[in-house]
Amino acid sequence: MKILKTLLISAAVLLPASAMAKTVGFSQIGSESGWRAAETAVTKSDAKKEGVTLKFADAQQKQENQIKAIRGFIAQGVDAIFLAPVVATGWDEVLGEAKDADIPVILLDRKVDAPKDLYMTAVTSDTVHEGEVAGDWLKKAVGGKPCKVVELQGTTGASVTIDRKKGFAEAIADASNIKIIRSQTGDFTRAQGKIVMESFLKAEDGGKDICALYAHNDDMALGAIQAIKEAGLKPGKDIKIVSVDSVPDMHLAIAHGESNATVELTPDMAGPAFEALKAYWKDGTMPPKWIQTKSTLYTQDSDNMAAYERKKDLGY
Amino acid sequence: MILTTLRRVAPQLIILALVLLLNFAMFPGFFRVEMHNGRLFGNLIDVLNRGAPVALLSVGMTLVIATRGIDLSVGAVMAIAGAVAASVVTGGSDWVVAVLAALGAGALCGLWNGVLVAVLRIQPIVATLVLMVAGRGIAQLLTHGAILTFNDPGLVRLGGGTILHVPTPIWIWIVLAVVVGLVVRRTALGLLIEATGINERSARLAGINARVLLIAVYLVTGLCAALAGIVVAGDIRGADANNAGLWMELDAILAVVIGGNSLLGGRFSITASLIGALIIQSVNSAILLSGMPVEFNLVIKALIIIAILVIQSPRVNHALYLLRASSGAFSPGASRGASTPRNTAPRSAASRTDHTTEEGRP
Repeated sequence: MKILKTLLISAAVLLPASAMAKTVGFSQIGSESGWRAAETAVTKSDAKKEGVTLKFADAQQKQENQIKAIRGFIAQGVDAIFLAPVVATGWDEVLGEAKDADIPVILLDRKVDAPKDLYMTAVTSDTVHEGEVAGDWLKKAVGGKPCKVVELQGTTGASVTIDRKKGFAEAIADASNIKIIRSQTGDFTRAQGKIVMESFLKAEDGGKDICALYAHNDDMALGAIQAIKEAGLKPGKDIKIVSVDSVPDMHLAIAHGESNATVELTPDMAGPAFEALKAYWKDGTMPPKWIQTKSTLYTQDSDNMAAYERKKDLGY
Repeated sequence: MILTTLRRVAPQLIILALVLLLNFAMFPGFFRVEMHNGRLFGNLIDVLNRGAPVALLSVGMTLVIATRGIDLSVGAVMAIAGAVAASVVTGGSDWVVAVLAALGAGALCGLWNGVLVAVLRIQPIVATLVLMVAGRGIAQLLTHGAILTFNDPGLVRLGGGTILHVPTPIWIWIVLAVVVGLVVRRTALGLLIEATGINERSARLAGINARVLLIAVYLVTGLCAALAGIVVAGDIRGADANNAGLWMELDAILAVVIGGNSLLGGRFSITASLIGALIIQSVNSAILLSGMPVEFNLVIKALIIIAILVIQSPRVNHALYLLRASSGAFSPGASRGASTPRNTAPRSAASRTDHTTEEGRP
């Protein structure tokens, strides 16, 4: 009897406290890329700004670790769960458990193949749209002049590669003056981007025929910039460069006039997620099932040094 | 000496010539070499330059494989060496210090592998797997998971600069190969390595200190990997711990195999492995020049490599040898000129007896 009383009192004391300071569990994939590290850093700082306690779990690229982490979050009774899923399938059971415990789950950066009622919303970028933004920029930049484009693709078969290729192709489809003459994979890495660009330059008469380069990520473009310089051409002038991601080093390159434009894949997926959560906690508003993050375009007219300063310590 | 080497590497040279001709057929300007900004510029130079990391790795890998071992960790050691060099040089030290630190890290990794294999007697494939997996993690710790960029002209010159108009990586791999080649062939060291690879116990009984020899061989491989790591990092002016040297151990092993060296240890040829590395790079170059959709990359590479390995297969060679002998075109004089059957015939005979005993036993 006495125990029950203590429990009731402590519950009564704890409840309002928990209503004030919310706890969110975040199951992150790992830290396989600089972007991923930046996403983690931004999520942590967003949580601090919102006054939310963030419980962070690094899954080291393993789904079973993520499932364990989510079960742990449910057992601890967190108020919401952020999940950056490592794979798309196999989430039904654990998401069902979270639903039974009335804990809203928000997917960050990637979607899952699970019934839509098992999660609250997904905050992701539209990777096809990123390619479109890059293509639209190029169309505007060349005007009506004929332009031969070389493309550095990401890892073959990756969904980002397919989408960014598709978006760019769709954007330039109505511009008959722009043609993709060569397209090869640079595996999303600087080294491979440089090597493939070297071969493009040689195959196209020392690069004189190439008017622009579209790279599926900034790292490959940064490698290609070095290859262009070594071939005696001026990157950003002789060959226009547009890429996707907007990593700090790319902002530096644009600021130095060695590249022309980059489309941002924002690491701030948690910002919109916290907004959705706040609205839900306030009056139960349900967000739409998909929140698309902005794909901002940075060109030489943007304040690239400010972007660099803002991003350089995020872990890119 | 030179003549025997030539005869040994003749099949590899023929294959290299064929792959280069394939490149030429794809892109007529392939053999054109020009001068751009005081730097030799052309596809042929690219093959030599881009082949540098695998060529450097294959020097060490040849020795390890000759001792009947294998080193899966070289790709990860490249990442570690690049990360060490980048973090030392961004810490404000001179590039010479950075290079020495990176080489030291490579030697340490090699020593670790050597001790696991030679002292603790762990099978090489398992022993080096440890560092293959953990090494990349160590490199990521050093760079905090990001690409650590630097602009130090000394370090950049090692990967992207030139000496006498020729890209520095080409000099590095040629000098390393000549030095290692002279050391193993002008002394008895090469013979001792082969003896250890063929039968370690007999080698020990014959008075060879196999333990020290094995450790030394893994150490040299670690050093080669560190050099490759420095070259790759200097090339992109940054240490990319996630991707530097990724899967490159497999290319290095392939180069050794294309070079006609047996994975069962014993006789080895560094020259042949180097030509193997150049063949791999020429195949890569052909794929890039072909302009085919990227989905075909790996298929084309696989087809070319299967063709190369089939041509080198002892069985195929033996069949050709028998075919020629039975058709009467075969004479002792002709066989000396045709180096392929002469070189592989003894080994193919040996493998044949192996098979017959195996098949005969049950």
